[in-house]
Amino acid sequence: MPMKIAKATFATLTILFLVAPLVAILPLAFTSSVILTYPIPSWSLRWFEELFFADAWRRAIINSLIIGTGTTLLATALGTAASLGLRNRLIFLRGTMRTLFLLPMVVPAVVLGVGLQVLLAGFGLTNSYLGVIIAHTVVAVPFVVVSVTGALAGIDERVELAAQSLGASPPTVFRRVTLPLALPGVLSGTVLAFATSLDEVVLTLFVAGPNQRTLARQMFSSIRENISPAIAAAAFLFIAATILIGFIVVLSRSILARRR
Amino acid sequence: MRKASSRTGRSLLLLAPLLVFLIAFFVWPLFSMMSQAVSDPAVLRLLPRTAEVLADWDRKSPPTTPMQTALMEDLKAVNDDQALGDMVRRLNSARSGFRTLMGKTTSALADTGNPPADLVSIDKRWANPEYWLAIADALSPLTDRNLLAAVDLGRNSAGNIEHLPADQSVNRVILVRTFWIAALVTFACACIGFPYAIIAASLEGWKRDLMLAAVLLPLWTSLLVRTAAWFILLQEQGLINDFLRWIGLIDAPLALIFNRTGVIIAMTHVLLPFMVLPIYSVLITIPKNLMPAAASLGAPPWRAFLRVLLPLSLRGVASGGLLVFISAIGYYITPALIGGPGDQMISSIIAFYALGSANWGMAGALGVVLLVATLLLYSVYARLSSDDPGRR
Repeated sequence: MPMKIAKATFATLTILFLVAPLVAILPLAFTSSVILTYPIPSWSLRWFEELFFADAWRRAIINSLIIGTGTTLLATALGTAASLGLRNRLIFLRGTMRTLFLLPMVVPAVVLGVGLQVLLAGFGLTNSYLGVIIAHTVVAVPFVVVSVTGALAGIDERVELAAQSLGASPPTVFRRVTLPLALPGVLSGTVLAFATSLDEVVLTLFVAGPNQRTLARQMFSSIRENISPAIAAAAFLFIAATILIGFIVVLSRSILARRR
Repeated sequence: MRKASSRTGRSLLLLAPLLVFLIAFFVWPLFSMMSQAVSDPAVLRLLPRTAEVLADWDRKSPPTTPMQTALMEDLKAVNDDQALGDMVRRLNSARSGFRTLMGKTTSALADTGNPPADLVSIDKRWANPEYWLAIADALSPLTDRNLLAAVDLGRNSAGNIEHLPADQSVNRVILVRTFWIAALVTFACACIGFPYAIIAASLEGWKRDLMLAAVLLPLWTSLLVRTAAWFILLQEQGLINDFLRWIGLIDAPLALIFNRTGVIIAMTHVLLPFMVLPIYSVLITIPKNLMPAAASLGAPPWRAFLRVLLPLSLRGVASGGLLVFISAIGYYITPALIGGPGDQMISSIIAFYALGSANWGMAGALGVVLLVATLLLYSVYARLSSDDPGRR
């Protein structure tokens, strides 16, 4: 019995440690004070106003949406195509390629940042949206590959063979059978790619100019330089978006599971 | 046969775009970073004539007239002040005194009304072969200076590798600190994550779901949001200090932010999911009846844990630990925002060299050190987590 109590206490405390910080920041988004501390004097939406109407923050939100959309499109297209290619077991160096596709997740962002800064400067792509989108795509693409290869591995190849034997041409099999079955994986890859771009700070520091400041970059420098409750308001948006994204991912996974 | 080859062709066509993209924007940048670390054309670019003449020099005898004339012509032809500054900096780090010598020489050469006969007439130091030796060494476009400096080594005037003087030896301190912080965070994650995973795996239903959701929620939350949250909690007027004062445990606020304690707490929180999930995924594959079986054979709980559960779950602990350690050594954001000047890790120093002082050589060299450490650890991790039927 004491063992059971000890276990329950430990689990509760750890859950508290994991979740409490995320909960603690939320009410501060609605403070009327200019400092980020409790107790909250009175409630107000002024920091959301700041977020949406102050130039620096609004510009950062727009930039994040532009760069996030570009990254999502590029990473989803490249990652999905490559995942389909990886299905072929006869491909030369298949394992090496798969490792290469996942490696951007492992390499420290600062190292990649230094390299990309040097390289993109050579192409004249520093301080451009395209440069930032390329940098974000490099780190977002592994998430697409993982999630799409996972979905493709769950497809019973006999279904595709059956379609083929009934006279469907390869493009038709792909459009009518493979793609619909892999769609949940593609969708969750898309969502993860967007989330990665939204949260990316380090590469942005290295390759983006002042005109491509993203929301995450703006949060980073405002925590560093002049912390204000606008951070909490931005965090509130992020957490709300996270819960939404988590919901989408869980939903698409459960659709995938039901299909199996 | 034709069908198979067309299928292969199609697969290659699908793989090609990502392959080309990653080679161009992932592999190539890493190589260009490495080449930054070992290349230094600053001197060779400005002194092409000198390079030609110095190739025939025996590196001992006093400078000849053609050598002096070539260097004078090269220096007169320089019209890029920044490039000249780069060259002087490199020469000066090889042999101190070059800064004043070059300053004196270039201003004497600029005085066209009174052209100097040779370099020795401008300054006697040009008669000293050691200065010429420094130029001859600096002419090579390849250098190991940055890589050596990354681990606090340098070459003395004789060309042998030796430790840099203590006032220049900061990198080794930072490397040791990086690994130490990463080890502490890994240890903290193991101490919390291992029991947590055991409890989660032993439960069922909503309790297990709750415990897993508590791990996944922070994992999915933006890293910046989590860091900002810790910033709010740990600050002097933060919730933790308020709470401790409210229960009367402390009188004055504890210093929790901008120091090592804050960095460890925040990094443990950020990386804990990477410890819990691999251990959990190993634990749920262990048959549930093993522990009761050990107990029925007379093993007390601690013994059953040591002899049964621990050995079976060690693989999960090892891969979780490696994952946390690999992520921790490359961390930049959390130490930069929560840590003080004494808690900056190798990534911060790389960022400082690259963004702050535009010293690509040093940024590249430290980047190589971090990259090699990461890839080595990752190869161990990949081997550990790949399916190995012999161990099952």
